Amino acid sequence: MALPKYTETRYRVWHYFYITICSCVFFFLIAPLFVIFPLSFNAEEFLSFSEGMKNLDPDAFSLRWYKDMIYGTKNPWGLAAKNSFIIAIFATLGSVILGTVAALGLSSRHMPYKGLIMATLISPMIVPLIISGVAIFFFMAKAGLAATHTGIVLAHIILGTPFVVITVTATLSGFDHSVTRAASSLGSDPVNTFMKITLPLILPGVISGGLFAFVTSFDEVVVVLFLAGLENTTIPIQMWTGLREQLSPTILAVATCLIILSTLILVTAELLRRRSERLRGINR
Amino acid sequence: MSSETGKILTTDGIPLEVSLKKAERKNKIKAFLLVAPLLLFLLITYIFPIGDMLMRSVDDKMVTEMLPKTFKSMEKWDGKELPPEEVFESFYLDFQKLVEEKRDGKLSTQLNYTKNGFKSILKKLRRKAKNFEEGNYKEQIMAVHKRWADVEYWRAIQRRAPAYTSQKYLKGIDMYKNEEGKIVSVEEDRRVHRILWLRTLEIAFFVTLLCFLMAYPIAHLLATLPMKYSNLLMICVLLPFWTSLLVRTASWMILLQQQGVVNDFFVMIGLVADDSRPEMMFNKTGTYVAMTQILLPFMVLPLYSVMKTISPSLMRAGKSLGGTPFVAFWKVYFPLTIPGIGAGCLLVFILAIGYYITPALVGGASGTLISNQIAFHMKSTLDWSFASAMGLMLLAGVLAIYWVYNKLVGVDNIKLG
Repeated sequence: MALPKYTETRYRVWHYFYITICSCVFFFLIAPLFVIFPLSFNAEEFLSFSEGMKNLDPDAFSLRWYKDMIYGTKNPWGLAAKNSFIIAIFATLGSVILGTVAALGLSSRHMPYKGLIMATLISPMIVPLIISGVAIFFFMAKAGLAATHTGIVLAHIILGTPFVVITVTATLSGFDHSVTRAASSLGSDPVNTFMKITLPLILPGVISGGLFAFVTSFDEVVVVLFLAGLENTTIPIQMWTGLREQLSPTILAVATCLIILSTLILVTAELLRRRSERLRGINR
Repeated sequence: MSSETGKILTTDGIPLEVSLKKAERKNKIKAFLLVAPLLLFLLITYIFPIGDMLMRSVDDKMVTEMLPKTFKSMEKWDGKELPPEEVFESFYLDFQKLVEEKRDGKLSTQLNYTKNGFKSILKKLRRKAKNFEEGNYKEQIMAVHKRWADVEYWRAIQRRAPAYTSQKYLKGIDMYKNEEGKIVSVEEDRRVHRILWLRTLEIAFFVTLLCFLMAYPIAHLLATLPMKYSNLLMICVLLPFWTSLLVRTASWMILLQQQGVVNDFFVMIGLVADDSRPEMMFNKTGTYVAMTQILLPFMVLPLYSVMKTISPSLMRAGKSLGGTPFVAFWKVYFPLTIPGIGAGCLLVFILAIGYYITPALVGGASGTLISNQIAFHMKSTLDWSFASAMGLMLLAGVLAIYWVYNKLVGVDNIKLG
């Protein structure tokens, strides 16, 4: 963004003003995440920077909150993490299978009432979460699935499938259907064609949809608040309770771990996106 | 094709038209069967329950079913003076049955919603009714408490006769049906819900505006910078986007608290005195700041994906035709970004209007939104029909916004990242 030498002064000023504004916005976006790192290593029980931390005194830093997170007595994080992963994995599997199959049907040009069905399938993404929460709670309570893992997994499948449907239909929009016809003409049955030809080609879309579904489930709190009992507590629920009741630095240790996890997911998602763009020949 | 002789036949003698239609239908069924599992799943677990919410929100059968005889005998009563003996008798019979089934508590809660003061007189009636003699129930019931001789209370019972009611919806906008059946607003100082609706709209609007003002320049920068820099800066947008909502809310709680980093900074640069640190959390400020940061990526990403497709030569052409950079921007670049602006604003506004977690944690009493009220009624007061009514009103609003947006801009593919 170097300016040419002949730029007039007022545009030069304007340009630097613009760069300053952008920097401020970027700072506003990313800085709040970084306040968590140092504070999670706080040796004291406060959630603000102690004098020692400001002077970079090594004694002011410690791993005690990380130890508390893992070994703390009566601490809920172990159970919560286990539940969160189990629920997210099953919800992702369910969303990916249902969503991919539906996307295959939706991108067929023979599909009747495409607009209406698409609207129905992605409606859980559009409807405010609190309303979805109430509706799903009523269903689960009637079906006797409130406060069970199954109930929460089903709820998260509802919330996760729209992402899979959208990403997979987007991938399929650039899909060359003649390859599947070629496969069938060579004697392959539909299931075999799907597994050997279609799936490998749309895999980036499927995985990135799956990542969205995983994150949605792993981070979901509104619906779980309605559904979860004591046994089904998840990481977001524990964080929610912690943030409401007393803010202990252990939460910051957990938050740091979650930021690291989301960084990993971000990297995976970005790599996939680039790969799929390359495959579809969009990238220059 | 329709003339008998011109019909083209396939090899097995079936007309081609029929054969093609058959194949077409087969394809349709095949496509539909693929969608069917998800569609069925969503219909059962999601769409029907939303319908169930609608039923619940208007359903008022509970009292209707608890006092069947009373309401039957009330049909002939004009409601002007105290009801006749017949009504008292059937009310006594209905009530005794409820007491036997231990359901009188529910009745008293329900009637108390309609008119305050039912709880105590029903309790009293329950105690006294054991010793009632047969016949002349009107006298006996009226002797229990003077409110039983007040026609207002009988009218209140009569108002619960219909099996369906719009009462919950009216309550949601601080209105009610008064004794004459007219719809009126509640007193000025009790209009809590209208304040909440207005506040929700206000916060959603300003958060959308703030997001737009902040997202436009950075989306533009991201779209115009060379790839290697823009990819790096894109992380600043995508990392918050992928990070847990609760983590981001937690970091704002730390930053905005009174001994927090932002206040420390204000004190350091001398903006505020150390002993008068402003309260930035548990009020509207907290909600605004945290929601804007959290929803900002949802504005940046659609804007970016639109700006990326605008060729830089268009701006150059505008300038070479004599426009100053500002004119070229305003006349050429800005109109081309309108689809992105529309998508971003729609997304942010709809997300903001239904926001729950962040306002509940950093909003305090003056920064909570309509969703918090819905959750409150679901979890604390257990008035599920009211929560359903409020939820559906919110849903109707969201769908209306979609409809308007679709008319104005057109909902094309929703893009993710």
